[in-house]
Order: sequence, then structure tokens, then C-alpha cells
Amino acid sequence: MMDGAAAARFPEASARALGDENLQAALRLLGEGFQARRTDAVERFAAFEDARDAAVAAKTRTLRHLDRHLETFEARCREHGGVVHWAETPADARQIVLELLTDRGVRVLSKGKTMVAEEIGLNGFLEANGIEVIETDLGEYIIQLAEEAPSHIIVPAIHKTMPQVADLFRQHHDQTGAELFPRRTPADLVAEARAVLRGRFLEADAGLTGANFLVAETGSSVIVTNEGNGDLTQTLPQLHIVLATIEKVVPTLADGAAILRVLARSATGQDMSAYTTVSTGPRRPSDVDGPAEYHVVLVDNGRSRLLGTPAEEVLRCIRCGACMNHCPVYGAVGGHAYGWVYPGPIGAALTPALLGVETARHLPNASSLCGRCEEVCPMRIPLPKIFRYWREQEHAARLNSGRMRLGLAIWGWLAARPRLYRLATGAAMRVLSRLAGRSRRFRSLFLASGWTQSRDFPAPAGRTFLNSWKQRS
Amino acid sequence: MSVPGSESGRGRVGLFVTCLADLFRPSVAWASVRLLEQAGFEVTVPDRQTCCGQPAYNAGDLPTARRVARGILDAFEPFDYVVAPSGSCAGMLRLHLGRLFESEPDTATRAEQLARRTHELTEFLVDVAGWTGVAASFPHRVTYHDSCSSLREMAVRDQPRALMAQVQGLELVELGDRDVCCGFGGTFCVKYPDISTKMVSDKTAAIAATGAETVLAGDLGCLLNIAGRLAREGRPVACRHVAEVLAGTNGTDPIVPVGP
Repeated sequence: MMDGAAAARFPEASARALGDENLQAALRLLGEGFQARRTDAVERFAAFEDARDAAVAAKTRTLRHLDRHLETFEARCREHGGVVHWAETPADARQIVLELLTDRGVRVLSKGKTMVAEEIGLNGFLEANGIEVIETDLGEYIIQLAEEAPSHIIVPAIHKTMPQVADLFRQHHDQTGAELFPRRTPADLVAEARAVLRGRFLEADAGLTGANFLVAETGSSVIVTNEGNGDLTQTLPQLHIVLATIEKVVPTLADGAAILRVLARSATGQDMSAYTTVSTGPRRPSDVDGPAEYHVVLVDNGRSRLLGTPAEEVLRCIRCGACMNHCPVYGAVGGHAYGWVYPGPIGAALTPALLGVETARHLPNASSLCGRCEEVCPMRIPLPKIFRYWREQEHAARLNSGRMRLGLAIWGWLAARPRLYRLATGAAMRVLSRLAGRSRRFRSLFLASGWTQSRDFPAPAGRTFLNSWKQRS
Repeated sequence: MSVPGSESGRGRVGLFVTCLADLFRPSVAWASVRLLEQAGFEVTVPDRQTCCGQPAYNAGDLPTARRVARGILDAFEPFDYVVAPSGSCAGMLRLHLGRLFESEPDTATRAEQLARRTHELTEFLVDVAGWTGVAASFPHRVTYHDSCSSLREMAVRDQPRALMAQVQGLELVELGDRDVCCGFGGTFCVKYPDISTKMVSDKTAAIAATGAETVLAGDLGCLLNIAGRLAREGRPVACRHVAEVLAGTNGTDPIVPVGP
């Protein structure tokens, strides 16, 4: 399980990430890859802004009566032969999944990509209880081999370079007996992973997937993938478990379609993902394949507490990853520095809600509030506004540094007293200007080392404008 | 005071100087006064102004931000327009001031009225004044940095370019990744100096790639950050606020003089 406390160590972790050359090389691909592809997809689709509005409206309507839609989902799911389980905490969710598996003697579980499983620490828990977990999404598979956590919500192994992946495959595949490839190109690596995973799909006694959304009116779960691994995970074994958080429900299939219109475009720049799969209950007599049992585990883990607060808009998130693909801070430090499951802007908005401001207070501060995330968010989540909300909570709880508080207090006291402010700043600027001499800059400056470690500090002109203006008029 | 060639009587503008222009670079404020007068407005500089309150607001210190905001409301109420040579400060006044007074309806109304009259300088000159009278010459290759708040809060992108196009001899070369932040972000740049350094270094590299002699922008925060980094890297690129070039007051040195 990812240690939530790592979120508190963002300052150190981000500094390390900036010095990690492999990581920096991997992150350089964000700009030319994801950003350019999203831009193209949006330009190709003239109605993108309308589609955004429709998706936002669908999700906003859902959240207004979330309880009702969840109850409808449960009723419909049951009508189709499925079972819904309610989990308030990560521990509840882990226990429910474990019992479903052990009651049926499951030893091997195949698994599609799900961030909720990361959130509740499922893999480690199941393995400690004697169940082998096989990640079937290529990126998740790579980081499982590396024994690492995902660093991105749709590209979990984005921090790995191709040679690093080839190394991992060399260590882990040579003994499997599966067909091996030269490992010279990404295509070689994909082919080799596919050859190894094909065998493993058949070994699994149960499959677990997440859900991109749940449809209340039909009781269905929907996943989108590009590898088809999700379909094998949920149709081959006898037991299919869907793990989803409560805000994933939407009232109707049409609402789900509204989300699909913006999801892949925002995420990978595709018009649609390669596979969009709707699962409704277990296999029916007329079906050619499918699981004998279909269970949905609905996890709250703090979501219901967010409803009605200024941070509730994060619940509109459809996990496309556009915010992190476009965030200059994520682009500089990658996902692991954020220390928990959700990195980037959405992580900075969501993690304080789930782990507490005390633990996660650095994340919403690590933003220049540039707003690029909000600009590309298909669900128009006002991320900078939510960062400010967490900063307000942090300040009110006196969790920020004493130096910052003192600085703000002195500055605020002065700024509310224009005459005194004029005298004080006038004197300070005069002194600074003289000290700067003819170079008109400081290479280092008392109390400003954060600035001057990498930048010269430009000297002020000397006389302030307002002091000059007074004499002029 | 009046400037030769100015029209008159188009309305009263209260100049929101911004704390950075006031303290670091008065030439930006002088240039703003000159431009607004050339465009035919009567300019007043209320002497009770200090700062827009963003340092407190963005640090989550709402009581302090509120205290500063009350001063702004009092100082700027009498004017037809409030104009700031900064997208960031104008954005604070237009989009955030009202939020500070959610529990005081009367003050919130005053804040909303102020918000409607608030403009960023280039946006005001182009969209409100419809002014096309730039009489300046700047025979240099320049590039332009869009501040995030200008771009995303104030929808300022074409306006400075429309004005720069009227400057004689000015050749504009657009930046690569021009919608990406320079890493200033107010206190962000000192709270996370390493990340900020990475961001500003990407920006200065993009600036260097244009081959421009001068980088212009509409926000002094970004400019101080970029100028500081360019100077540290020893790159011979001058930094100026776009208002200085538009007003033709190029006699002042750039933000950090180019050279050792």
C-alpha cells in the first residue's frame, strides 16, 4: 500500500525528482506527446466545448442526488443478477474483496487498471493473504515488476524509459518459457508482454476491474481501455469484481456517453479509446461467454464527506489525466513526488480531502496557480480555486510555517496603513537601490535565498512611484 | 496634467499602480499614465492604494486579504474605470475580491461593482477605449510573454499584440509554449524554488530560441522572475514591461541591464 505519509514529504521528494535524469528524460515526452495530441483532438471536434458543458451538466446533476442514483444502481444491478457491496473505508473494501476471493478458493486474480485499488492498498493486502495478483494493463504490469507505484493515473509507468523496461523484462521474463522478443523497440516490448500475459490470463480464477463510470438506469459498469486487457480480465474467469468509488455513478447511458465524448480526447487525444465495454450482471444463458458471478464494491473513503463543501467539484473528475499532462509542476517533478495515489493538480485537490490537510498541505501549495489544469479539464473543475480552499484550511489551522505567517501579518498590517506603508517601503527601496550599486541586481540577498539561489534579484529604481507622483501633482 | 495630442473627457480612470510597479519599476506606472492620457482619459492615482492583496489571498490568509481589499474599495470607488498594468492584479480585483465578502452582502455588492469597472491596461486600451494611437518606435526583435492571469483570468492575448503591431520597427517573434507559466506564481517561487527554477529555465531557453533582443510582458512579477534568471544565466536579453515600449519611454534601462 502506498504510504500516505509520503505526501508530507513533497518538498524533499520533488527536489530529488528534479535531479533524476531518467525521470526528466521520460517527462520530456509529455509536451510533444499528450499535449499535442489533445490539442489536435480538440481541434478536430468542433463541438468540444458543448460536449464539455454536457459532461459537466451530467455529472453536476448526478452529484446533487448521488444517494438516489446509487440506490437505483444497486436495484438495477441486482435485477440483472449482480451483487452490490458497500464499503465505507479502505479496510472495509479490502475485506469484502478478500472474502469474495477466499470463499471461492481463488488463488490467482487478474486485474485491470484501477486507481481505487491503489487508493485502498489492495494488491499488498491480497498478496499478504496468499492471493497472487496479476496486473494486465501494460503500464501497471511494468510497475508491478519494478515493485513501484503508478506515477500517472492513465500512464502509470510514464516515469520509466524504454531501456529501463527492457531491463525489467530481461530480469522477469527469461524464465517464463513465453516467447521473447529482441526488446529493441516499444513494439518488441509490447509483443513480449502480450506473450507472457496471454498465458497468465488463463490462470486467473477471478478478474477485478475498476469502472470509468457506472450507469444507474441499467446497473452496468463501463470500462474503456486501449489494450483489451480489461475485457479478458472480466470475461474469462468465473468471478468478476468491479471496484469503484461512489461518485462514479451517472444516472443514464446518455450521461455516460456525454463523458465518453470528452474522456479519450482529453486523455490521449483519441476520439474514442479502442475498447469501450459495458458489463451488466453475470453471464446469461444466451451469452457465449462471461463470468458466473458479478460483484460491485462501492467505496466511499471520504467522498460523501466532500459533498456540500467548496471542494466537492473534485468529484466530477473522470480521471483523464489532462491536468497532469499539462501541469508545469507535474512536468518538472513527475508523479511519485506527490507521495500518494493521485498526482498532479487533481491529486493536489483530492489528496488533502482524503488524507487530511495536515498530511497533504504541501500539494495544493506546490502550484503557481497558473490555471492551465482548469483550462484543459474536460469537467471544468476549478482546480486553482480548490488549491486556495485547502490553503485557507491550512492557514486557519495554523499549519503553515511561522515565518510565512509572521511575514503575512507584518505585510498585511502595513498594507492596510497606506501612509505608513509609503514611508516604510520608500525607505526600504531607497536602501536596496543604493546597495545594488551599478550592477542593478543582487546575486544574493538576506531572506531571499529562495529567489537568489538561481536568479539575480533585480534592484528597485530607488524612488517609489507613489512618492514621486505626490510631488508631481 | 495633460499630454500633447490627447483627446479629453472620455472618463475618469483610477490607476491601480500595483505594488511591484510602485516599488520596483515606477517607469511602468508613468508609461501607463501617459498611455491612458494619450487615449483621452483623465487619470488619477489614489494615494491610499498599496497592494491588491494576493500575497495573503493566495496563502489562504483571508482576514488579511479582506483588510487590504477594504482599502481598495474605498480608494477606487469614485472612478469610471480602474486600470492596472498587470493581468494578475486586475484579475484579483475582477474575479476574487467579491469572494472575500461572501458573508457581507453590502460589501460584496461594492466589490462586484468595482470588478465590472476593472481592466488590465492593454485590454482597456484596445477593448474599452478602442485606441489605435500608439506613437512609439522600438526597432528591435522582441518576444512577448503572456502571464497566466492575463491569459486565463482576463482573456488578454490579442490586445497587447494589436498595440505592439502599431509600434514602428518592432518585430514580434512568438515564444514556443507561450501558454506555459514562467514559474513566478507569487510566493510559489520562494516556497518551491527548485521547481520554480526549472520552470523559469524552460522559459528563458524558449526566449533565447526566438533570437529576440528584448522580452516584453504585461506583468512585472513574471518580468522580475524572467529578468533575474536571464541575468544569472548571462543571456543578453533585455526585459521590459510592454507599457514602456508602447508609451515610447524607452530611455529607462531594462529591468536588469544586459551585460556583466
